[in-house]
Amino acid sequence: MAALNHGDDNLVIAQRLAEWVSRGPDLETDIALGNIALDHLGVARALLGSAEEDRSEDDLAMLRSEREFTNLLICEQPNGDFAQTIARQFLFDAYQLGLWEKLSTDAGATIAGVAGKALLEARYHFRFSSSWVIRLGDGTPESRRRMEEGLVLMWRFVGEMFDQSPDLRSDWDRRVDEVMTTATLHRPADVFQRRGGREGIHTEHLGHLLAEMQWMARAYPGASW
Amino acid sequence: MIAELLEQVKDPEIPVLTIADLGILRGFDVDGSKVTVTITPTYSGCPAMDMIKADIARVLEEKGFSATIRTTYSPPWTTDMISREGKAKLARIGIAPPTPVSEVRCPRCATGDPRTVSEFGSTACKALMVCPNCREPFDLFKELR
Repeated sequence: MAALNHGDDNLVIAQRLAEWVSRGPDLETDIALGNIALDHLGVARALLGSAEEDRSEDDLAMLRSEREFTNLLICEQPNGDFAQTIARQFLFDAYQLGLWEKLSTDAGATIAGVAGKALLEARYHFRFSSSWVIRLGDGTPESRRRMEEGLVLMWRFVGEMFDQSPDLRSDWDRRVDEVMTTATLHRPADVFQRRGGREGIHTEHLGHLLAEMQWMARAYPGASW
Repeated sequence: MIAELLEQVKDPEIPVLTIADLGILRGFDVDGSKVTVTITPTYSGCPAMDMIKADIARVLEEKGFSATIRTTYSPPWTTDMISREGKAKLARIGIAPPTPVSEVRCPRCATGDPRTVSEFGSTACKALMVCPNCREPFDLFKELR
């Protein structure tokens, strides 16, 4: 299940980030978000390609319905404004850093090779998202307000990240707190935690995302170029 | 013979580098006319991988071999795997070879201390820098290790 779960996380967040392409706040940030999306997509391909014997990476990505997707809810949340996207990416990057560290050194993990590769990239992603949390949080009153709002919105989906691996939580807390302190931000007060992604119970946003991602593959089955 | 054929396969995004220079060619096995080539991606999402696989198959099949291409992720590729010759080739075409950011020099005028414009540049493997002296923007092959 690990390959499917983490493959879905990476596929869905890649699709969300790709929505920024040509809409980024400036050219460099646009390219950065596109590049990060590409890394996530590459990880998703490697994981989904090895997830099941009888279904290919393309079948898994393009021909499953919403209830069959097992991604974490945070990955499917809409981009909102730039600060909201950065909040989502920051909390998720901090999670993936710990996850890949653990899986890459776990000899029993079938996905250790992919995890080792993804770890090197996750460090880069975390540096990017952290630097923006700091810049926006410790920026103008407007950028700070937006960063705070983004973090509050995304905080509803933090608890679910650790349901399968509670051991990753303390390192995550340390990482996130360190950046938030530098950004002069406070942790959002404990908010109600939404869960269900791993069981296929999603927020209303995933269906729309899949409709856009899958329509062509479904309209023209088996098409290639 | 096979090694020489594979020398013809270049990175489509940095065509001065062969896949051996870049360190993504992990090895090959020959069994009669069957060749199995193992490669590893630079970045997980590197869009050039499909083209590189097609190019490997093409150069081998033109000489009558049947090619199987395997992708491995372990050990993960790092920029330390780029050959010395590969790094020299990068510098020659104006891409700063992978070095810690504090030691990067402008590939045109060799001035140090360039400004980082973006950690994410024209391709997934490059960052965008600007030289403080000649003011030329240049690509830095990102250090990944």
